[in-house]
Amino acid sequence: MSKHRIIIEPGTENSNYWKDLWNYRGLFYFLAWRDILVRYKQTAIGILWSVIRPLLTIFVMAFFGWLFKSKIPEGVPRLIFVAAATLPWQFFASSFTETSNSLISNSNLLTKVYFPRLIVPASTVIVCLIDFFVSFIILIGLMFICKFAPDIKILALPLFLLLALITSTGVGLYIAALNVKYRDFRYLIPFIVQFGLYVSPIAFSSSEIYGNTRIPELVKYIYSCNPMVGVIDGFRWCILGGTTPLYSTGFFVSIGISILFLFIGVWYFRKMEKSFADVI
Amino acid sequence: MSNTIIKVEHISKSYILKHQNAERYTALRDVLTNKAKSIFSSSNASNQKQTSEEFWALNDVSFEVKQGERVGIIGRNGAGKSTLLKVLSRIVTPTKGRITIDGRVASLLEVGTGFHPELSGRENIYLNGSILGMSKSEIKNKFDEIVAFSEVEKFLDTPVKRYSSGMYVRLAFAVAAHLDPEILIVDEVLAVGDAEFQKKCLGKMKDVSSEGRTVLFVSHNMAAVRNLCDKAILLNKGTVHMQGSVDVVMDEYLNSKDAGRLSGVYSAINKNESDVKLLKAEMFDSMGNTQDQFEITENITIKFTILCARKVPNLYAYIAVKNNQEDLLIESDTMDFLPNIFDSMKEGVNEYEVKINANVLAVGDYLLYLSLASSYSDNFLVETPGDILRFTVVDSITERGHQRKAFTSQLLKWDNS
Repeated sequence: MSKHRIIIEPGTENSNYWKDLWNYRGLFYFLAWRDILVRYKQTAIGILWSVIRPLLTIFVMAFFGWLFKSKIPEGVPRLIFVAAATLPWQFFASSFTETSNSLISNSNLLTKVYFPRLIVPASTVIVCLIDFFVSFIILIGLMFICKFAPDIKILALPLFLLLALITSTGVGLYIAALNVKYRDFRYLIPFIVQFGLYVSPIAFSSSEIYGNTRIPELVKYIYSCNPMVGVIDGFRWCILGGTTPLYSTGFFVSIGISILFLFIGVWYFRKMEKSFADVI
Repeated sequence: MSNTIIKVEHISKSYILKHQNAERYTALRDVLTNKAKSIFSSSNASNQKQTSEEFWALNDVSFEVKQGERVGIIGRNGAGKSTLLKVLSRIVTPTKGRITIDGRVASLLEVGTGFHPELSGRENIYLNGSILGMSKSEIKNKFDEIVAFSEVEKFLDTPVKRYSSGMYVRLAFAVAAHLDPEILIVDEVLAVGDAEFQKKCLGKMKDVSSEGRTVLFVSHNMAAVRNLCDKAILLNKGTVHMQGSVDVVMDEYLNSKDAGRLSGVYSAINKNESDVKLLKAEMFDSMGNTQDQFEITENITIKFTILCARKVPNLYAYIAVKNNQEDLLIESDTMDFLPNIFDSMKEGVNEYEVKINANVLAVGDYLLYLSLASSYSDNFLVETPGDILRFTVVDSITERGHQRKAFTSQLLKWDNS
């Protein structure tokens, strides 16, 4: 009997928070499952959308890179060079956007049922992750077409995927919690995503920023504060067999910022969680 | 069996009401500008005007529920019933106080929470089940039972957006009805679906509670509460007004509901410019005295005084006699016997009477509802007074007296044959 004892009090930290989260993993699974099922319902080409959107982005970004003569390493096809950056970027963009809006779009659940609220954004990330795996087919296809084989370094890819996951979840959680109260973020999020596409090394490579003597140190420093710079540089390093260098300072700043975001995101989310049902 | 399973101690919940910007969400702009203002102005008393007010949805509520009890929570709209259930189901946190719950709680604050219109019935059973706290294997085991209860077998693989609203509700309730918690919290969910299905749900709820589970139940359907619960808590403006056995609390509630407002006499208060309006309604017993309490063996006469300022074509009156559970026992209008007596209504004051025969209404409390209407009412102002009279029928004559529980009070004559 007492194993299910629940005490409800204002302001107390739930000491069983993470255990509770674990107990609700079934719901986590079902919410992710729902979002996957619903994602392309009543669309003519369904899951192909997960391929077409990144593919078009790759073509456009590769074209602009070619037009403005951005430097790419010897022996690496430009399409693969761009694809290695577009895929993690798309993953970040979609999971950031959807996590941020996840609480709002599930508001009917939040006001009617109890569960650890963290489940909602977490299950959203999983759906985006699956989309990412589907879109990875593009990269494999391009490698076949361009006859480009990756080397052993590709085994480190999961680590960088994890970094992308941490980044988007951290920022997403923070914005999701803010979004419950301030709907301004509804307008801000698309802007951040659009802006990020240009300031992240997608059409160009990080070497062009770090190696350019006309760019002041301060700008380089600000550039490396973008956590996606670390993620994308990492992806390129793995996929392109180390032909693009990893800039250690910039890279570690990115990792540090990603992890910091995750802590802030989770902390703020938990702090605001209790009042979600009141203000949403 | 008598151990306390839910202990609520001094629970309060307050909300801040904003009076000027009634927007549900704050804009970031407001916060930023307010912050900026407060930096630049030394006294921020001027812009911190009293635009907000604390509202206590629950105020110092305490009670205990023992295992296996079925408790009805009743009260008027805004009394705090739903807030209490939300606090108990951990959706919102209380501002003050403490609640201890021993056992697995499932709360059902809405039928079909989380149903997704694009998903099929089958998929929604799994989704909704897990939202309500069932594990996958639990749902699998009960799947056939749920489907049978919902009566939508044929449409299991159709998206629920194509369901009729009745099917939707049936499916949703079927999932909820198969929850297996130690404590079940239910809010007003029986107010949906057709009468037959409601009965089925109520039956299911009764089964659930007879298995020794604890049920907290909010409803405006008094018959359902009386039927299902053995204890009741009456909330009023966020405080516990009364708690105890369901009959005692319910009587208190029903009496307080329109105490002093309705009796055996009605007289119009407002002096509006209706073309036709009710001035007065009175009830008389067989001796011709004004009354609001009648023996079952008495004819009840109701006199209506109606002022006609302008003749309204096709005017008719409708009356209904309702019991406390809002069940209709008698319905009648002036067109039951033609010609409609209202066709010959003259300008000025008119008097009409109707008689409810003896040995029709059972022992109990009743409300009389009146409406005046016309199919041409667009161009005419016709008043609909609504519930106007309240009266009681008693049996102090026969041996059986108040033991008589039938729906009518017909007395049968026994003879030798």
